[in-house]
Amino acid sequence: MNNWILALIQAALFIIFAPLFAGWIKRVKCWLQNRRPPSLLQPYQDLRRLLSKQVVMSVDASAVFRVAPYIVAAATLLAAIVVPLIAVNLPTTAIADVIVLAGFFALARFFLALAGMDIGTAFGGMGSSREMTISALAEPAMLMAVFTLAMVASSTNLSTVIHYVLADGMVLRPSLLFALLSMLLVGIAETGRIPVDNPATHLELTMIHEAMILEYSGRHLALIEWAAQLKLMLYSVLIINIFFPWGIASELNLVMLSTAIFAITAKLMILGAVLAVSETIMAKMRLFRVTIFLVLALTLALIGILSHIVLEIH
Amino acid sequence: MSDTFLLVTLFLPVASALASLFADRYPVVMRKLAFPLLGLGGIFGVFLGLDTLLHGNSATFVYPLGLPWLNWHLRLDSLAGFFIALISIVVVAVSFFGPGYIREFEHGKQPLSILGLFTGLFIEGMYLVVLADDAYSFMIAWELMSLTSYFLVTYQHQRAANRRAGFLYLLMAEVGALAILLSFGILAGFGDGFTFDAMRTAHLSFTWSTIAFSLGLLGFGMKAGIVPIHVWLPEAHPVAPSHISALMSGVMLKVAIYGFMRLSYDLIGNVQWTWGVALLAVGCISALFGVLYALMQHDLKRLLAYHSVENIGIIFIGLGLSMIFYGTGHELLGTLGLVAALYHTLNHAIFKSLLFLGAGAVLQRSHEHDMEYMGGLLSRMPWTGLFFLIGCISISALPPFNGFVSEWLTFQTALQAPSLQSGVLRAVIPLAAASLALTGALAAACFVKVYGISFLGLPRTRNARRTSEASRGMVFGQGLLAVLCLIFGVFPSMTINAINNATLALTHHSLDTATAHGWLWLTPVSAQTASYSAPLVLLGVLLALVAWAIVYYILRPSGHADTVRGPTWDCGFGGLNPRMQYTATAFAMPIRRIFSPVWRLHEKIEREPRKGLPEEPAEIRYQLHAEDITWKWIYQPIERLLNIIARSVGRIQTGHLRHYLTYTFVTLILLLWLIT
Repeated sequence: MNNWILALIQAALFIIFAPLFAGWIKRVKCWLQNRRPPSLLQPYQDLRRLLSKQVVMSVDASAVFRVAPYIVAAATLLAAIVVPLIAVNLPTTAIADVIVLAGFFALARFFLALAGMDIGTAFGGMGSSREMTISALAEPAMLMAVFTLAMVASSTNLSTVIHYVLADGMVLRPSLLFALLSMLLVGIAETGRIPVDNPATHLELTMIHEAMILEYSGRHLALIEWAAQLKLMLYSVLIINIFFPWGIASELNLVMLSTAIFAITAKLMILGAVLAVSETIMAKMRLFRVTIFLVLALTLALIGILSHIVLEIH
Repeated sequence: MSDTFLLVTLFLPVASALASLFADRYPVVMRKLAFPLLGLGGIFGVFLGLDTLLHGNSATFVYPLGLPWLNWHLRLDSLAGFFIALISIVVVAVSFFGPGYIREFEHGKQPLSILGLFTGLFIEGMYLVVLADDAYSFMIAWELMSLTSYFLVTYQHQRAANRRAGFLYLLMAEVGALAILLSFGILAGFGDGFTFDAMRTAHLSFTWSTIAFSLGLLGFGMKAGIVPIHVWLPEAHPVAPSHISALMSGVMLKVAIYGFMRLSYDLIGNVQWTWGVALLAVGCISALFGVLYALMQHDLKRLLAYHSVENIGIIFIGLGLSMIFYGTGHELLGTLGLVAALYHTLNHAIFKSLLFLGAGAVLQRSHEHDMEYMGGLLSRMPWTGLFFLIGCISISALPPFNGFVSEWLTFQTALQAPSLQSGVLRAVIPLAAASLALTGALAAACFVKVYGISFLGLPRTRNARRTSEASRGMVFGQGLLAVLCLIFGVFPSMTINAINNATLALTHHSLDTATAHGWLWLTPVSAQTASYSAPLVLLGVLLALVAWAIVYYILRPSGHADTVRGPTWDCGFGGLNPRMQYTATAFAMPIRRIFSPVWRLHEKIEREPRKGLPEEPAEIRYQLHAEDITWKWIYQPIERLLNIIARSVGRIQTGHLRHYLTYTFVTLILLLWLIT
């Protein structure tokens, strides 16, 4: 029972701190670019403002447009329940393994892309088309990176994988290195960060994610924005906890849990800073260069799997 | 009980076929008698199939039909039961859908009796294929299925394209049947008899069994639609009446899968891992090829036909993995692959029939088959739109619907590759997993395109604007299948419990570990390796929505309406019109650029010059056609080769009677010499 409560607390931590993580990345970026950062709590204020506003919807909007934000939010929330944040061995991780996790993200994306096409404006269709193209390459790359881990740990359950990496100690496995690189690239593409997409722009020719949600307002937009922040945090936590799990609580006592909270906070801050640096030194790519970026991710993941098979199985 | 049920199930489609002979005079017969009889037969079939499947019993029947020395042997085992249930489910849905759908044919040029007669016989043929227990009755049933469906494909024969599609289908069906016949011939030659029991006892060398297997792959693969022998599918499915397309794509392809499974696992037996590698390659190519070509189509039913190629590919990936594991002595993992393939067979039957029925409803109500002329159908056909959406989600393999479960199982099988001894195999299987992942992601992109272009957005033409909801029966038929999509997605453990009996009948192994942790959990190998709980996922989604509803009602801003509707923002320019939306061709454009060598693209741009301003055209027309690459690289060379052979053989055709008599004489002498 305690485990289930802890699992719920963990999901709540995801929900609560996702905007803060987004705020942190923005703050580091501002520092790097010699701008004055907004308050760390600005994302919360944005969400509150959106939630309190009226929804303005096109007369042409159908039920899919109204339902999509809820499904997107629910699917992302389910993903948050499954990903271990501060403790492994929680009962909720058994509900879904990493393939199902990819399925949740795919479900959210499917509905977001449909919603983009619902109003019948050119922007929405453009965003949906680009999003689905990018995900068509990013999703296999992510699955392949995950499969590398699954083969190394002979499991697709996140808990088991993390356990395996913890027990393995600080050894350098070439397969995991390739998988990490691939996951980083995929994470950037899937969460719509520079150089694949720019979350800060509304410049029509470069928009992907923003183009799909252009018609949303009020609480619908709040839900979508929050789901996007949650997705960013989920990917970050996934990368951190799979490849650098040290510090995560494997037993449920107060000392280990507080260590875990401290460790994950520090690691997220570092990863966020790295992301901010990379976004500052890179420019957004042309759309068709993204293909090369993603094929690179896919190739890295495949090399990861093959190097595991060739080098690491005896 | 089961033999009465069997006879009733087999009798009712024939009764329906005979009843519809009166349909030309009294069209009401089709609606009130022929389709209800089919449906009743289907309901009996569902019970018969489930009863056999769940109890795992088998029964043999011998009927005094057929050749003097070879009676008809029918056998009902769990595998046959599984496929009978699968056929019957779709038949029931079609029998609800049919009466509304054929209304447009009631005043058409073609006689209704033909449609009813061949539909009944077609379904009868499929039942008999699944039940047949000797090669003779199998081939008769197979031909019954092929020939009746030929007449259904060419039902609207006034259009030349339909006749051409029908001929292509017939040609390939017969070439395939010949290959199957030869394969049976090898087994019968070694096993001394045409009954399947005699064939099972045949002791084949590796070479002979591989030849029999390859012929079977060719024959059944031609019917199932693997690449490169898939070309009849995208031609034949779009031209057949939609409920027939649903039966052909949803069920007939599965009957071919059944035949292939029966032949390779049961009759030949002793599966080799080399065959598995071949199937894996065929499966990967079919899956990727199918989905990439589907992305380029804008004819709705043609697109769905290419998706059948893709899904057959996924089934073959499962079968290939299964054979690799069986062939190397990993029975549990082999069974996992087989369960994945059977599960996907079931799922594809349901969601593809659903999608074809939906496409039929759209076709009937809007008279459009090209997506570029649709749009905004969801608000005009809400129920069809909802069910079609469920079909799209299922086929895109998204949780918690059924397509996801079978793809997940296939992935789990592939991930067990490290337990193999051979390094090459270990390296090949992840590539298969990669192509499966790519296929899944591309399929999702394709169905966003399908649904977004045809059901969402603004209507692009007057026809689309004037569309209204389909009749109640048509909607109910789709709803039935949509509900099944959810049920098979949410209760995979129960489904696998049933499928276990089918694999037990086929290979004497079952996958007990998958369901060892109760109905809530699905654990293919062990709970530590992987687990998935679809019921909890659904519960989670529902809880999240309820939680949001509570939060929303507490925090709801009071005083003013929380949602206002207004015209779409047009950036201040005004005059947004439906032509400004993204089209299906435009949607697929980025993917077309990335994978461009896969297709032979024919682009045509026509400019209508403006008077006085030649630089600025008044009208631009853009046409795009993606030609199937197999035509140029496989079929046209074969055609040329055949022509050359025919011309050289033609030299001996002198037209003089005495020459032909000489030929006959020489042939007879040769034959006599051979025999003695």
